[in-house]
Amino acid sequence: MHDMTEVAAARVALVGVPNCGKTALFNALTGSRQKVGNYAGVTVERKIGSARTPAGRRLDVIDLPGTYSLRARSPDEEVTRDVVMGRRAGEPAPDLLVAVADATNMRSALRLVLELKETGRPILLVLNMIDIATYRGIGIDAAKLEAELGIPVVTATAVRKAGMEALFARLDRLLAEGLPEPAANRWQEPSAGDLRAAQRAADRLVAAIVRHPPRPDTATARIDSVLLHPVAGLICLLTLLFIMFQAVFTWAQPLMGLISAGFDFAGVLVKEVVPSGLVQSFLVDGIIAGVGSVIVFLPQILILFLFILLLEDLGYMARAAFLMDKIMGGAGLHGRAFIPLLSSFACAIPGIMAARVIDNRRDRLTTMLVAPLMTCSARIPVYTLIIGAFIPARTVWGVFSLQGLVMFALYAAGIVSALAVSAAAKFLFWRKAPTPPFMMDLPDYKMPRLKSIAIGLWTRARIFLKRAGTTIFSMMVVIWVLATFPMAPANATEPGIAYSFAAMIGKFIHPLLAPIGFNWQMSVALVPGMAAREVAVAALGTVYAIQGGEAQVGHILASQWSLATALSFLVWYIFAPQCASTLAVIKREAGGAKWMWLTFGYMLALAYVASFATYQIACLLGAG
Amino acid sequence: MKDTVLAAEVIDGMPLGQARRGFAGRISRIVADHVPSTLPAHEVERRLIELGFVEGAEVHILHEGLFGRDPIAVRVNGATVALRRREAMAIFAG
Repeated sequence: MHDMTEVAAARVALVGVPNCGKTALFNALTGSRQKVGNYAGVTVERKIGSARTPAGRRLDVIDLPGTYSLRARSPDEEVTRDVVMGRRAGEPAPDLLVAVADATNMRSALRLVLELKETGRPILLVLNMIDIATYRGIGIDAAKLEAELGIPVVTATAVRKAGMEALFARLDRLLAEGLPEPAANRWQEPSAGDLRAAQRAADRLVAAIVRHPPRPDTATARIDSVLLHPVAGLICLLTLLFIMFQAVFTWAQPLMGLISAGFDFAGVLVKEVVPSGLVQSFLVDGIIAGVGSVIVFLPQILILFLFILLLEDLGYMARAAFLMDKIMGGAGLHGRAFIPLLSSFACAIPGIMAARVIDNRRDRLTTMLVAPLMTCSARIPVYTLIIGAFIPARTVWGVFSLQGLVMFALYAAGIVSALAVSAAAKFLFWRKAPTPPFMMDLPDYKMPRLKSIAIGLWTRARIFLKRAGTTIFSMMVVIWVLATFPMAPANATEPGIAYSFAAMIGKFIHPLLAPIGFNWQMSVALVPGMAAREVAVAALGTVYAIQGGEAQVGHILASQWSLATALSFLVWYIFAPQCASTLAVIKREAGGAKWMWLTFGYMLALAYVASFATYQIACLLGAG
Repeated sequence: MKDTVLAAEVIDGMPLGQARRGFAGRISRIVADHVPSTLPAHEVERRLIELGFVEGAEVHILHEGLFGRDPIAVRVNGATVALRRREAMAIFAG
C-alpha cells in the first residue's frame, strides 16, 4: 500500500456562508491545535489548524471568513476569494475546498457551491448539523445531491465524535485516490441575473433532494415571538446585559479571592527565602505584586467572554443587532455595529477588528472610533479596585449590590458616550448622506457547544496570560526600576519612592492633572497605563507598596485618596485613550494615522473635561 | 413579452417595505432602482438575492422593530432575514 503519512500535509480550506457551523467544524477537525494570526498586509484573522485522519494523513485546515459569494464585498471576503483561487501571495492554493452547508437550510450554501465549482478547484461538500436536520424530520438524499452536483457530499455533526467519522473516512478515501487536478478557473463576478439563475438552480436542487417534515420545527419561531417582540424583546436584551454585568462582578469573587491569596502566599514565601534588599523588593513588590494584581482579573474576563461566546453560539447576537438597529441608527450607527461594540466590552481590539463585518466604510469608521469607549475588560481591574475601596458593599432595593450598580452605571456611561459621540459625528460630517443598508441572516437557535466554548475561552485566557507575561511583566519591571532608582539618601526623611525617577515624572505632569484631583502617584501610574489600562492598577500597587505599605492596594487608596479623587479617576477611565494597542489597531484598520490621532484627541479631551467636572462638583458637595 | 408579464406582476404585488407584520405572499419581482442607498441599485439587488430573495420565493413578515415598525424580520423559503423597510421596498410580493 502506498504510504501517504510522510507526504506533505494536504491543504484543506473551509468555505461557507455565515452561520453554517464552519467554525464548529474547524474546531472539531483540529481540536486545540490551532494557530490564530493575520493575513499579511491585512488584518483579517487567519485561522489554521492541523488535523490527522484515522489513516494517519496530516491535514492543514484553514478556516476562511464566511461569505455568501466570491464577489468580495469586504476585506474578509476578499481573503476568502483570493485564498480559494490561489491568488494570495504566500498562500498556496488549497488542495481541497471543503464547502460547509447547514443541513437545515441549504439554499444559500448550494448557491455558493455552484459558484465555487466555477473556480475549477476540487470540492467536498459537507452537510453540517445533520443531527439537527434529522431531529427536525428533514430528509436529505445525499447520494442524489452528489450525483446532481458531481462532487463528493458527506454528512457530518461537528459536535459529536461519531458525527465526524464519515467526513474523516471520506477525506481519507479522497486523498488515497488522489485529488483530481484543478480544472481551468471559469469564475467571473456574477451579475444579478447570474445570481438569480444560480439561486433558482440551488432551489431546484433543494426541491429534488430535501424532504421537509409534515410539521416544521417551530422552536425558533416560538422563542423569537418573545425575544424579537418589539417591547418584550428589548426588555429581555437589557435584562440579559444587566445579568451579564452583575455576574461579572459577583460570580468571579471567590475565584479572585483564591488567586489573590495565592499571590500573597507567593510573596510571603519569597520573603522567607530571599534576604531583604533590592532582589526581594524586585521579586515581591515588582513582579509578584505587579503581575498578580492583573492576573486576579482573569475570572472576570473569562465570565464576560463566556457570555459573549454563548450568545454568539446560541444565535442571539444577530437578534440583538435586529433589536438595536433603529436605536443605533438614531445615533448614526449600523445595526451590525452592535456585535463589534458588544465584543468591545471584552476588549476593543477584537471589537475594532469585528467592525470588518460592516461593509460601508463610513459606518465602519464610526464604529471603530467609538468602540474604545465601550467598557473593555482591562478597565475592570481599575473599576473593581476603586469601587471596592470607596463604594460601601451594601445591598440596595433588597437584591442589588451597590457596588454592582456603580459598575453598571460606569458601563452605561461608556455606552451612552459611544452613542453620543457617533451621533455627533453623524451630525457634523454626514448629515445629508443616505444611510447604508442593513440586511442580515437570523440563524435558527442552536444549543451552544461546550467544546467550542471551551476552546474559545481557552484562546482568550491564553491571550490574556500571554499579555500579563510579556507586556505587563516588562512594564512592571520598568515601573519598579523607575520607582526604586535613584535610591533614597541615607538620611532620607521621606519614603524611598519620593526620590525616584517615577516621582520626577509624576511631579512633572502632575500640575496638568491637579485640576482633576490626581496626586503625583496617580500621575506616575498613568504613564505605564498607556501600555494597557490594567497596568495602572499594578503600577499603583507598586508605587504604594514600595512606599512602605504592606496591605492591599485598595486599602491604601481608601486612606490616601478623597472620594472626589476616586470618582474623578473612575470617570477618567471611562474616556481616556489609555491603551496603545487599541490606538495601533485603529490606525491599521482605519487605514491612516489621522484616525488614530482623532480617536486619541477626542477621548483625551472627553476624559479631561469629564474628570474635571466630576472632581470639582464632588469637591463642592464636600467629597474633596 | 416577458417584460410586460413582469410589469403586470408588479402591479399585482406590493413592496414588502410597506407590508405589515403577518403579511405572507410570493415574490413577484426584485427591483432596487428606486431605493435610496449608498450602494448602487444592482448591488442592493444582488445582496437581496444572496439572502434568498428571488422571484417565486415565499415570504412572510414575522417581526417588526419597536420604532417605526422598522427593521423587519422576514421568513423567506425557510430562512429568516432581518432588513430595513427601505431596502425591503425593492422586494415586490403578492
